[in-house]
Amino acid sequence: MFFYLIRRLIYAIPIALAVGFVCFMLVQIAPGDPINAIVPPDAPQEVVEQVRRDYGLDKPLPVQFGIWLLKVVQGDLGRSLATGRPVWSDLHSAIGNTLMLAFSASLLGFIMGCILGGLAGTFRGTILDRVATTIAVAGVSVPHYWLGMVLVVIFSVQLNLLPAMGAGPGGSADWVWDWAHIQHLVLPSITLAVIPMGIVTRTVRGIVAEIMNQEFVVALRGKGLTGWGVFLHVVKNAAPNVLAVLGLQLGYLMGGSILVETVFSWPGTGLLLNSAIFQRDLPVLQGTILVLSLFFVALNLGVDLVQTALDPRIKRA
Amino acid sequence: MSATTAAEAELALQARQAAQASDGYWQGVFRRVRRDPVTIACSLVLLTMFLAIVFAPLIAPYDPYQGSMIRRLRPIGTPGHLLGTDELGRDIVTRLLFGGRLSWFMGIVPVAMAFVVGTFLGVLAGFAGGRTNMLIMRVTDVFYAFPSVLLAVAISGALGAGIMNAVLALTLVFVPPIIRVAESVTQGVRNLDFVDAARASGAGAFTVVRVHVLGNVLGPIFIYATSLISVCMILASGLSFLGLGTRPPEAEWGLMLNTLRTAIYVQPWVAVLPGACIFVTSICFNLVSDGLRQAMDVKG
Repeated sequence: MFFYLIRRLIYAIPIALAVGFVCFMLVQIAPGDPINAIVPPDAPQEVVEQVRRDYGLDKPLPVQFGIWLLKVVQGDLGRSLATGRPVWSDLHSAIGNTLMLAFSASLLGFIMGCILGGLAGTFRGTILDRVATTIAVAGVSVPHYWLGMVLVVIFSVQLNLLPAMGAGPGGSADWVWDWAHIQHLVLPSITLAVIPMGIVTRTVRGIVAEIMNQEFVVALRGKGLTGWGVFLHVVKNAAPNVLAVLGLQLGYLMGGSILVETVFSWPGTGLLLNSAIFQRDLPVLQGTILVLSLFFVALNLGVDLVQTALDPRIKRA
Repeated sequence: MSATTAAEAELALQARQAAQASDGYWQGVFRRVRRDPVTIACSLVLLTMFLAIVFAPLIAPYDPYQGSMIRRLRPIGTPGHLLGTDELGRDIVTRLLFGGRLSWFMGIVPVAMAFVVGTFLGVLAGFAGGRTNMLIMRVTDVFYAFPSVLLAVAISGALGAGIMNAVLALTLVFVPPIIRVAESVTQGVRNLDFVDAARASGAGAFTVVRVHVLGNVLGPIFIYATSLISVCMILASGLSFLGLGTRPPEAEWGLMLNTLRTAIYVQPWVAVLPGACIFVTSICFNLVSDGLRQAMDVKG
């Protein structure tokens, strides 16, 4: 286990470097001179040349990548073109908001998915199974940004029950755990939760059905175990795989919340990305994507390690 | 003499029975699909939609770009405008019909391109093994380190708005997963006896791949690719929704959803119509893909 952990950690390093390289290349594939991503277009020629030398943009590409990497490792993601502030200062508050949204959405999706999937897997072929499967297919097929709009139409426009946008009353950005703030979290969380709900339902249904067919379940029943007793054994066997799916979904939601955040004006990384795209603010785009992807890499690593620790059958040493 | 003829007759009978029992793989698939009402219904919905958007210029009642300042944001059921009008007074039915063309194009073309590229690279990696496999699969791993939505947004955000940039970005998103599937099924086929037999009887690598490998791996890869169409359509419309795919005044479901968003307090039910179209298309593609998977007996 220990050696596996070390090996897995070492393997994550080239992946992280390659992710960094792809993010570095984002600015390079953008149409136009990358210098335009740093200085405003109306800057005089001397300033442009000065900046080009300061940033090392006159050097060959691999050297540039090295310089960029060195800065990133020190926590310097560059400055925003639109605001002039360091990218990181805008990013770290946005990450907190996105993490909160993604976490509550995956939790909600996970609980719903386990219930639906568990029922469908246990009562396979019944009407209950059909209903759960239909909900799951709808969950993975629905354009979630549209679902967000429909929920706003129903709960904000028609019923006037819940706020349609923002993360707090009066557009305040500081989060407090009271109802005035939490009610802003309700609609975005539900909207974002439908994807993991669909996927978790499918996974859990498959796993539960497979476990129920195994001989040890028959043996447990033969031994006289009923209901809860069998259920606990099934949970124990299903847990590693289901947790792995949940972990990955949290990562996908971190990256995928951009559309939902746009619909609800949720002040997270998605809204930051959206305004960066709108203003062609490439340093912000690059920095946000780099941080989110590295988070995803770390999460993948964590999921792998937890899964190995939970399931002794996975021998990866 | 009579013994051999009896044995021959027996063999011929067995062969005939075997031929009758397995009336061809595709006939079996077709028979199973025909018995599956959900797949049939969804295919019909998709077919109707496809015909409607292909013949959009013939059946659409108005011009998709011609607006009217005095007929803006009419509700559903307005005489002359069955589903109302949008924020510039353009007929929603017409816009939805024309919008479907771009939405379908952007949902299917990236997957089709990724299918070709991904199958080529995946089969190459799976069949060649060794360093080739190592190189292709490690590069694939890197793209797996990005959540798919983020990758699509990142690439098309860097390239800028435009249909072709969005198609390129989406293709890049779907190539890695197809490579993984293609590689794993190819690895499974590569060491089977009939491949060894073909090689032993003198077939070159190219012939083995063309005749024996592709014939067995294309089915599973194709099924996997069809399951991606729904995701691709949602992502493509999502990019337009963010202002990255198609640009106004073009009609596209995601973009329509974006521009109608401002009208959500005036005509909420008109504003959500384009999204309903995306939802119906995407769920039908998903269900047809599931049905085909079952009918073709592909696992995974």
